[in-house]
Amino acid sequence: MKPAETKKSGGFTGAAANYLDERTSISTAVKELGRKIFPDHWSFLLGEVALYSFVIILLSGSFLTFFFQASMAEVHYDGSYVPLKGVEMSVAMASSLDISFDVRGGLLMRQVHHWAALLFVASIGLHMLRIYFTGAFRKPRELNWVIGFVLFILAMAEGFTGYSLPDDLLSGNGLRIIDGMVKGIPVVGTWISFLLFGGEFPGTDIVGRLYSLHILLLPAIIVALIALHLLFVVVHKHTQYPGAGRTNNNVVGYPVLPVYAAKAGGFFFIVFGVVMLLASFFTINPIWNYGPYDPSPVSAGTQPDWYIGFADGALRLIPPGLEWVWLGHTWSFNILIPLVGLGLFIGVVLLYPFLEAWVTGDKREHHILDRPRNAPTRTAIGAAGVTFYAGLWAAASSDIIATHFKLTMEGVIHTLQAVVILGPFIAFYITKRVCLALQKKDREIVLHGYESGRIVRLPGGEYIEVHQPVDEYERWKLVSYADYKPLELTPNAQGKVSPIQRVRAGLSRWFFEDRIAPVGTKELEESHGDHH
Amino acid sequence: MPRTQKPTSGRQRRSGRRSPLASVALIAIGLLFTGGAYAMFSTSTATAATDSASAQTVSEGEKLFAANCATCHGLSAEGTGTGPSLIGVGAASVDFQVGTGRMPMQASGPQAIVKPVQFTEEQTAALVAYVASLAPGPAIPDEELLDAQGDAAAGAELFRINCAMCHNVAGAGGALTEGKYAPALEGVSPQHIYEAMVTGPQNMPVFNDMNISPEDKRDIITYLKYVENNPSPGGLALGSLGPVSEGLFLWIFGLGAIVALTVWITAKSN
Repeated sequence: MKPAETKKSGGFTGAAANYLDERTSISTAVKELGRKIFPDHWSFLLGEVALYSFVIILLSGSFLTFFFQASMAEVHYDGSYVPLKGVEMSVAMASSLDISFDVRGGLLMRQVHHWAALLFVASIGLHMLRIYFTGAFRKPRELNWVIGFVLFILAMAEGFTGYSLPDDLLSGNGLRIIDGMVKGIPVVGTWISFLLFGGEFPGTDIVGRLYSLHILLLPAIIVALIALHLLFVVVHKHTQYPGAGRTNNNVVGYPVLPVYAAKAGGFFFIVFGVVMLLASFFTINPIWNYGPYDPSPVSAGTQPDWYIGFADGALRLIPPGLEWVWLGHTWSFNILIPLVGLGLFIGVVLLYPFLEAWVTGDKREHHILDRPRNAPTRTAIGAAGVTFYAGLWAAASSDIIATHFKLTMEGVIHTLQAVVILGPFIAFYITKRVCLALQKKDREIVLHGYESGRIVRLPGGEYIEVHQPVDEYERWKLVSYADYKPLELTPNAQGKVSPIQRVRAGLSRWFFEDRIAPVGTKELEESHGDHH
Repeated sequence: MPRTQKPTSGRQRRSGRRSPLASVALIAIGLLFTGGAYAMFSTSTATAATDSASAQTVSEGEKLFAANCATCHGLSAEGTGTGPSLIGVGAASVDFQVGTGRMPMQASGPQAIVKPVQFTEEQTAALVAYVASLAPGPAIPDEELLDAQGDAAAGAELFRINCAMCHNVAGAGGALTEGKYAPALEGVSPQHIYEAMVTGPQNMPVFNDMNISPEDKRDIITYLKYVENNPSPGGLALGSLGPVSEGLFLWIFGLGAIVALTVWITAKSN
């Protein structure tokens, strides 16, 4: 670049930019990233909400580390909260109370941290549901689904370790349940528990250990995986909903610079603002009510934070009496069944993209999202999974449901047991039918247009309703989806059909046998002039 | 008094005729006698008054009992198949059950529910007097145990150990089996809290004085009143129900607001 030109175009900013560029070649990256196009849809911002909540968590969490002491040494509380004055508690609890009552802005930061944590996991959940129901996990994004799901699990781990740090009654009860679950594992359970707690529960080590995990190891892994997750978004380019002019080979939207950078930057402050408002006006985790941990008391209404609720619910729903002594050991199936069941559930969700790809035999890349109705079986499976999860989730609050809706505890539990077992099947059936019906309606609209509400009497005396033809843009959305057919059984080189192929073909039939084909060009042409 | 006293004692000290403390002692003795005599006199009249009044209130209570309670508890409170015997339940029990509106019971159910109080204070007192006259039992607690001026920290600890498993750490209530429940304790008068602890109404166990001393009960009441009178330091308490109400609030209002804002941000400008 000529020096004269630099002077002309930009003064100090230009010179500074030039200085940087000559040393870092950053302009290439800015050019590349700045021209990156992102499509605009509200549901594409859910992942961003998760990212921003995480930033808020990092900021508020750093503040908390300045004052929190992860020690289980016993002290007598001497802070300003009267109903705990002189009570014996761990240093961890005392310092959490000091953060709440004696550090300026401490309670606000604690509440910001906790509300943002709840929002973090909730927005990840909603983001995952969007990805699932629109089929955004298909090739080439299967690995990113796995990374995202691992992030979800890590977020829950972060949440749980954080929940356990203040060493109040609630967190101790939560740890006690985890301890019980670990001890319920045959053979190795007791050993793992002793390793975790440094001896018999609760011991004097656990808070320090969880603290290391909570502020060092887990956040480091999460940051690394978020970076990878976002890198993949850049590499794969963003998906988009079907619409006129949108194909598998383009992305229609706004460039990062200046539009998206401004929007996303502004959105960060909006999310921060919402969390600040929540934290300013609404109490979260009032550890001063719970008091220090003591293994004997358990409060009514003791629950984990919402994201661990499904596991707590599974333990509540398992029928009593599933414990046997066999070979001189106690086999706690009341713990093993939920553990295995939830493990399977998590495994299926984690591997779903690969399972679906195997069943459909689809090896193409997909950058256009499915409308949920256009993949009825997938949507129905999702609805079944949501029902299963929701049943377990509701079960975690069975006691609160019982008191607040004036029901019996047993009635709530038995109803939710039925919801968890039968609900998924009912949800599957209803959702699939609704999807197919919506597809039929779409077909109808493409072929015959919308009902206009205008009734016309023909000369012969017949009444007809005039149908408004659908415009081309709208029609694009309604007809552009892939039509899958069940895989056919094909013999392999030896002329045999392997059992695995049989299973695969069976699943494929189950997946695709009920389907509504999209309207083709020929069909559309034939229907012209039919818009009465 | 002290003003006139001072010069007198000064004179005495100068004359040295009597010990300087003598007049003080004299006055103290005088006060003690008059005060003591007055106290004796007033208590004796008070007892006499309650005695003459209670004969009347007991008979009044008996009539009320026959009209309102005898169907289930029997004409002489001996109990029937539908209601327990009330002989020996004591004044505290009746004052709690009737004074909170639980009795007379509206309908058979898992437990008697709180409803508007059915009797005036005099009528309640009459019922209390009648049942208390049948046999000795827990009495209505003294005023000084109900002042909520005890040790809140000790009370909180006792509450967490003895009460929180049913009533929740903040006294927000909780579920029991088969439709029974431990009610929320907000707004319950100290007297009723105390009486509930001594008599164990519904499904509640009895916490007698060997179990939790009267002073400890006073501390528990102190804690409950502290929680009731001091709003949550963190803002609205969301019912003090713990993580369930927090999670529900986050999903509906927190995430709801966020989703509304995402829709706003991505809305196409006209």
